[in-house]
Amino acid sequence: MITKVTTHISPNEQLIFERSQPGRAGFSLPPLDVDETPLEEIIPREFQRDDALAGMPEVSEVDVIRHFTRISTWNYSIDLGMYPLGSCTMKYNSRLNEKVARIAGFANLHPLAAEAEAQGALEVIYELQQHLAEITGLPGISLQPAAGAHGEMTGIMIIRAFIDARDGKEKSAQRRTMLIPDSAHGTNPASAHLSGFTVKTIKSTAEGLTDLDHLRELCAHGNVAGLMLTNPNTLGLFERNIREICDIVHDAGGLVYMDGANMNALVGVARPGDMGVDVIHLNLHKTFSTPHGGGGPGSGPCCCTKELEPFLPVPRVVTTGTYPIFKLDFNYPQSIGRVKAFYGNYGMMLRALAYILTHGRDGLREATEAAVLNARYIAHGLVSDYEKPFAGAPMHEVVFTDKRQARKGVHTLDIAKRLIDYGFHPMTIYFPLIVSGAMLIEPTESVGHQELDQFIEAMRAIAQEALEDPELVLNAPHSTRIGRLDEAAAARKPVLRWKPAPAESHATATQS
Amino acid sequence: MRYIPNSPDERAEMLRQIGVDSIENLFDSIPEGLRLRGPLAVPAALSELELLKKFDAMAVHNEAARRISFLGGGAYSHYSPTIVDHLISRSEFFTAYTPYQPEISQGTLQAIFEFQTLVCQLTGMDIANASMYDGSTAMAEAVLMAERVTRRSKVIASSAIHPEYLQVAHTYVQHAGIELQHSAYSTETGATPADSFTGLDDKTAAVVVQSPNFLGCVEDVQALADKAHAVGALLIVVVTEAISFGLLKPPGACGADIVVAEGQSFGVPLSFGGPYVGLFATREKYARQIPGRLVGEAFDAKGRRGYVLTLATREQHIRREKATSNICTNEGLIALAATIYLETMGPRGIEEVAKQCAQKAHYAARRISEVEGFSLPFSAPFFNEFVVSGPGEAASVLARLASERGIDGGIALSRYDPRRPNDFLVCVTETNTREQIDQLVEGLNALTR
Amino acid sequence: MANVPDNLHYSKDHEWVRVEGDTAVVGITDHAQEQLGDVVYVELPKVGESFPAHESFGSVESVKAVSEIFTPISGVITEVNDSLNDEPEKVNKDPYGEGWMIKMTMNAAGEVDSLLTAAEYEDFTKAEE
Repeated sequence: MITKVTTHISPNEQLIFERSQPGRAGFSLPPLDVDETPLEEIIPREFQRDDALAGMPEVSEVDVIRHFTRISTWNYSIDLGMYPLGSCTMKYNSRLNEKVARIAGFANLHPLAAEAEAQGALEVIYELQQHLAEITGLPGISLQPAAGAHGEMTGIMIIRAFIDARDGKEKSAQRRTMLIPDSAHGTNPASAHLSGFTVKTIKSTAEGLTDLDHLRELCAHGNVAGLMLTNPNTLGLFERNIREICDIVHDAGGLVYMDGANMNALVGVARPGDMGVDVIHLNLHKTFSTPHGGGGPGSGPCCCTKELEPFLPVPRVVTTGTYPIFKLDFNYPQSIGRVKAFYGNYGMMLRALAYILTHGRDGLREATEAAVLNARYIAHGLVSDYEKPFAGAPMHEVVFTDKRQARKGVHTLDIAKRLIDYGFHPMTIYFPLIVSGAMLIEPTESVGHQELDQFIEAMRAIAQEALEDPELVLNAPHSTRIGRLDEAAAARKPVLRWKPAPAESHATATQS
Repeated sequence: MRYIPNSPDERAEMLRQIGVDSIENLFDSIPEGLRLRGPLAVPAALSELELLKKFDAMAVHNEAARRISFLGGGAYSHYSPTIVDHLISRSEFFTAYTPYQPEISQGTLQAIFEFQTLVCQLTGMDIANASMYDGSTAMAEAVLMAERVTRRSKVIASSAIHPEYLQVAHTYVQHAGIELQHSAYSTETGATPADSFTGLDDKTAAVVVQSPNFLGCVEDVQALADKAHAVGALLIVVVTEAISFGLLKPPGACGADIVVAEGQSFGVPLSFGGPYVGLFATREKYARQIPGRLVGEAFDAKGRRGYVLTLATREQHIRREKATSNICTNEGLIALAATIYLETMGPRGIEEVAKQCAQKAHYAARRISEVEGFSLPFSAPFFNEFVVSGPGEAASVLARLASERGIDGGIALSRYDPRRPNDFLVCVTETNTREQIDQLVEGLNALTR
Repeated sequence: MANVPDNLHYSKDHEWVRVEGDTAVVGITDHAQEQLGDVVYVELPKVGESFPAHESFGSVESVKAVSEIFTPISGVITEVNDSLNDEPEKVNKDPYGEGWMIKMTMNAAGEVDSLLTAAEYEDFTKAEE
């Protein structure tokens, strides 16, 4: 059999373990420059590794470069085109921000360096805190949480700590209900549970907004610690009764937590702090464009009112009147404690600050306007071909369903897969859960109108295909290296790691 | 704004097409009283040149980034091959989202599958997840998992675990109905003796130990595993200096049930504490109890191999409040950096780095202990970090060493434990030359004369 | 159209019961497995555990959903279908046969009579849709 070097632009590439050749090496280190002590005198033999790290790949530097370059071509990415995942805010990741994060004076700085010798790093944290406080209208800030769900957990623990302090442990124990709308992210109930709360679900109205009567009814029980609300909500609609919602919860003795996943609809236009929200998390990897990196790192700052500030995680970065100007302050006895070692995902803070300063006050608002306009443009362009379950004008994202296409047996998953053939990453599918066959589309501001038109045309073409040639859509994608994978088989007998093949069946490793 | 493709004129035309009169009308669903009347109190936009100048100017104030450094304690200065940063900077990797659509995410998925495999190989465990935020949160999640697996509520952690890790664990478990107890390390050996776990009983979910521990000492993991297993508890092993896997027996071969680690040592910059990457590995039988994402092998209808996110029913987006964790976004790109690092270094490279770290650290320890007034208080074997007892307050000696000699000589333990005012933790890696070590020794000598 | 054998008893949580002497054999209905899709994992209780009626005794997972399964009657678990560990797909292929889940003692013989008949269960699933 002749093995081709590459079959096409997107070549097949084995796992690195299958490429390994004994004796290859990709590293270079200087020789040891101190007198060597016999290893047994350093570490007793029974504590030493004796498997020679068997199975780890032995490859050259060139092998590594080709391996990752090849598999990288199998990924869709923002730089390739629109990435309209609803609630994910996949906006352009500026190269300038990457450059800033790699400045040696930040990249080489140890987190336990003396404060006086890390003033620049602390200044970055302090300045970002100031800007986020202004953007959210909430003055208390911790940048420690590493991601949105982590910020959520932090926020909910702050609510718990506040109520414990306000009511005393005994009375506070009666207040263990966290209200969450049925349209919420799964992280909301999971985070509430981690903080010891029982979740109660609030219904949405036919309009797609929080049901105020149901909220009042649940609050009347007197055991409500708080409400977790996404605004604009996950249907892309602004909760226009937000002030009233906050009043109802506050009057019942609870606090309002806002999931800031959808802040890209609000920056420079309206502030959660002005709406009556007590605590919020932001996603720097969404609204403030730090790259999502194939699943992280993120950063999930937690912002709160003055009243809740004493409960924020420690240490906090504060200014002093004297040198050194910026310092870490551990002295908050009511703090919920630390949520992460050191100070958070610092590299993401650098990028987010660079984003804010590059946009400036006008650019921040301009980005919000452009993002909302793009979503409205898509809503307008698709409404003739797809079911739009809620009449309200969407903000930065819009939800459609497969109701019309389902009559021909074509469902949301099929539409999403077919969109790949048209060169787009699919939208968020089957979320929010309350909308059957949901397709949640968030274009962000980083898309020009020509590409929006292409997207709308692609979606319309798929709607047409669903009518005329449903099989074409049901079997999509047709253009990718691999087809739909058998996820049921993968979950029944999970193979979660590579293992060396038994010697006799070595030949099966090569795919052609 | 140069990141926004549509020009103001194009936006005006789009507004016309959708029948909205003005930009302000896009926000009609926000009650007028809630809308901002003026601009945010944020500075005006900076150009690229101005922005870089500003950050460069701030970076100058981070003197510590330019010093000869012997700082460790959970964040380590290691050599990272040039190609690591180069490859993770490919936009196909760093501008991709979580791989929810496997047909167009195979690059990320295959890389994670390789990462999971490498973590298993290093730790000696059966399975590993796609990453946690960092070592400290991975440890906290391991404690929560132990409670789920055993349905017991007491957890005993060695007091020689990184103090910040213990603080994070405390925050995580405070409302989870878990009682977190501590067992004392030996002030003679610096290790945690198996008989120090006095509260160990049949209500104990897990014993948690760090090795090498915060004081640098290597723990007898097997003895601790035996002790834990005797009462049906799990052993959780934490590693902050992951390069130690190159030399030390993997916890999986010593009876560990869950192994968590900070992966920053694998080619990830110090970056003032993050982003780093948490490693999380366990036994196969606990696959459905593990937190976080998992990537598994799968095949399409034509039998072609690919990778998918699998066992998703454990996760928050499906199981909601009953999920194994609330984690969603993890540390994907940093896990990729660690993967590239490990594959580039290979088994011989990792062994060589580990060997050099241990050899140089022992050279440094020997030389420092020869300086009058300095001693090594602990007798247990260590890898590349060790505690030094000085003749006076460690914090002030270290401050003078930094300002007068340009050397960050270690971490004063008084930062975490006021009972150890004269002690400091020294870390030596392959990046420290003999010359630097000799300068440190000379500096300590000169400053305490 | 889902298969609903005449000789079984049914619960509104979509479990079936087959009476075999003093023992009740329990599984989920054809309708339930259709709704779930490809079953990838079944979590079952331990032998000897005791349950009241209408209590969650385990869960069934598909790729993207988890459903709890409930005891139709009260009793003590005498046997569980361990073969579902390796072949959960049996629940899809043969829900009333090889896909059975648990066997339990019947505390009160009359308890099964309070469950639905095949005809009643068919009406119930139709009404649910």
